[in-house]
Amino acid sequence: MKVTATDSAVDISPVPDTWQRRHLLGLEALSKDDILTLLHTAVELKAATGGCKDKLSILQGKTIANMFFENSTRTRNSFSLAARRLGADTVEFSASSSSLSKGETLIDTAKTIEAMNVDAMVVRHSTPGSPHLLSQNVSCSILNAGDGPHEHPTQGMLDIMTIFEQRGTLEGLTVAMVGDITYSRTARSNIWGLKKLGAHVIVCGPSTLVSKAWEDFGVEVSYSLDDIIPRCDVLNLLRIQFERQYTRPFPSVREYAFLYGMNRKRMEQAKDDILIMAPGPINRGVEITPDVADGPHSVILHQVTNGIAVRMAALYLTTSANQQA
Amino acid sequence: MPSIIIRNGRIIDPSQSLDEVSDLLIQDGKIAAIGTNLGTADEEVEAAGKIVSPGLVDAHVQLREPGFEEDETIESGTAAAINGGFTSIACLPNTSPTTDTQAQVQFIQQKASQADNCHVFVIACVSKNREGQELAEMGILTQAGAVAFSDAPHPLQKTDLFRRALEYSRMFDVPILDHPEIPELSQSGLMHSGAISMVLGLSGMHPDSEELATGRDLRLAETTGARLHLMDISTEGSVELIRRAKARGVNVSSEICIANLHLTDEVMRTFDSNYKVNPPLRSQNHIDACIAGLQDGTIDVITSGHAPRASEKKMTELDRAPFGMSQIEITLGLAITNLVVPGHLDFPTLIGKLSTNPAKALKLDKGTLSVGTAADVTIIDPKVTWKVDSNQFASLSTNTPFNELTLTGRAETVIVDGTIKLQR
Repeated sequence: MKVTATDSAVDISPVPDTWQRRHLLGLEALSKDDILTLLHTAVELKAATGGCKDKLSILQGKTIANMFFENSTRTRNSFSLAARRLGADTVEFSASSSSLSKGETLIDTAKTIEAMNVDAMVVRHSTPGSPHLLSQNVSCSILNAGDGPHEHPTQGMLDIMTIFEQRGTLEGLTVAMVGDITYSRTARSNIWGLKKLGAHVIVCGPSTLVSKAWEDFGVEVSYSLDDIIPRCDVLNLLRIQFERQYTRPFPSVREYAFLYGMNRKRMEQAKDDILIMAPGPINRGVEITPDVADGPHSVILHQVTNGIAVRMAALYLTTSANQQA
Repeated sequence: MPSIIIRNGRIIDPSQSLDEVSDLLIQDGKIAAIGTNLGTADEEVEAAGKIVSPGLVDAHVQLREPGFEEDETIESGTAAAINGGFTSIACLPNTSPTTDTQAQVQFIQQKASQADNCHVFVIACVSKNREGQELAEMGILTQAGAVAFSDAPHPLQKTDLFRRALEYSRMFDVPILDHPEIPELSQSGLMHSGAISMVLGLSGMHPDSEELATGRDLRLAETTGARLHLMDISTEGSVELIRRAKARGVNVSSEICIANLHLTDEVMRTFDSNYKVNPPLRSQNHIDACIAGLQDGTIDVITSGHAPRASEKKMTELDRAPFGMSQIEITLGLAITNLVVPGHLDFPTLIGKLSTNPAKALKLDKGTLSVGTAADVTIIDPKVTWKVDSNQFASLSTNTPFNELTLTGRAETVIVDGTIKLQR
């Protein structure tokens, strides 16, 4: 596909025939090929935009609606920027200022927005499955930007892309997700994506937040960060989702930091080339100390940049796919 | 009133341990005779190859009127019952206002009588306004015609109130029905707690929530000697607790909703709110244990758990959608398809669970074909295959995940008090 960038002509690979998804609802349902297509398209678009800075016009004439029924700053802005970098128009929708507060249902709200001729909706919602419900009731593309603790596919992909950039492959790497797995959509999307690309995945955290049942899905379960650190190529330090918990699953933040906080002392046990990641927002002093977050092993800010690349890829692929997902 | 003769049917009546091919004569609205050479009648019904059963009894139905007429009315719900082969239903008190006064009981009876479809028996509230704080006027309500007491679908949360209710109910010999659930263990739960809920990120309802309540309820029934009927059994642990309690002689009966015998939590992967029921659809080991419980008599009753909900309530986010399925019209078909066809239960046992046992649990003068009793009869075609079409439901609500499903077995003729209400 020949496209015109702001100041020079750039070739972007056409959407491969193997990609037939109009929606991006989660990484669990994606094939390895699909995940590689997303990854390679993101890498390509990052390069073509000079590191997610320049504008292309491959989505010119398309309209992307950001529909966030739950608060978000980074993901929302990341999707907005991604859409605009590719030349699309964006519509912003907030639950608090919408008709939902006037009693309109989710489906009616989505149908109303769709009638404004949008090509894709980026949906964040606190209830798992809400993007799936919309995908069955509207005809535009639906991109899941986080549905409760279920999935956050672009977050999973940007984490994968960040590791891929540093290591050139995911195959054979040991990646640990540390912290609140139960309430983390980031953990779930990472687990599915990483497993499909051949990484060994460990979930580690308090036993109240890490289900033993993950073992049924080929994931290693650990309750001791100190035990697993020496084996890890990547540590992804998750935030505690206090807002989703009914009974607090551990006694205190202090005890959590004592058991699972990544600090200088624990870094001494790690491999020399370990990558430290965090989906953010980070709580300095809880899951990660400032010296680690800002240290040489940290790729946290790369993750943020790659978020735009992955979202450009997701918007491009889903809105260009002709087939039903 | 015209007399009716049903010829050549397989007459199954668990109340008399009857299972024979014979004729059944109805005169003056009552069962007049079972046998051969019964002469002629005003109406002839040929039933060769079919099962002649006592009218089916559903012990667990939500009728939604008054208060939620967008979901179901007494007229539409009773028409749905007839369509499903049920000649008697017992309705839950979760109306608005709740069924906790004499006037409310009489309102339901009057509406049911006007609708003139099936018999309706009223389950009144255990507690005033179903708030779980103070006992409702059980004596007056019994006098008004309430046959049982329950706060369902709410569980009886307060143990001291529950204990008092059981003690008090003994004076009237009426059963207390509880939906066993410890809410703090199933708080905000949307599905069975297990590997699937973990993957989907949906809050789970742990079997402990049901089993702790079941254990408590059985203990209270044992110490008070009152009549306890446990609703909505769905777990392996509950079945085992009830089995042991029955072996000790505890005065308990139990029921299971048909949906909990058929589907596992795997279906929640669709995020379809039509699968959202309470108790939740559990894993196969629980289903297997419940089937074993039906086979050995631990679970006495199969119900529809009919919970009609208007589509605008269901077509929403999973946490906002109410629990329940519109089930009464397909319960018999699901039961035959999933319990009799695979060989889990034979027809006499199934008819016991759908007629004789629920009548006994609620102490109703139903569920029998004994000569001299009111002629409530359901004629079942055990072989017919048919496709569920929710657009054809008599129920106002179509919240079923079973639409388009092909089922085996259906009620072909339904007779209430000697009057044919349905003839396919």
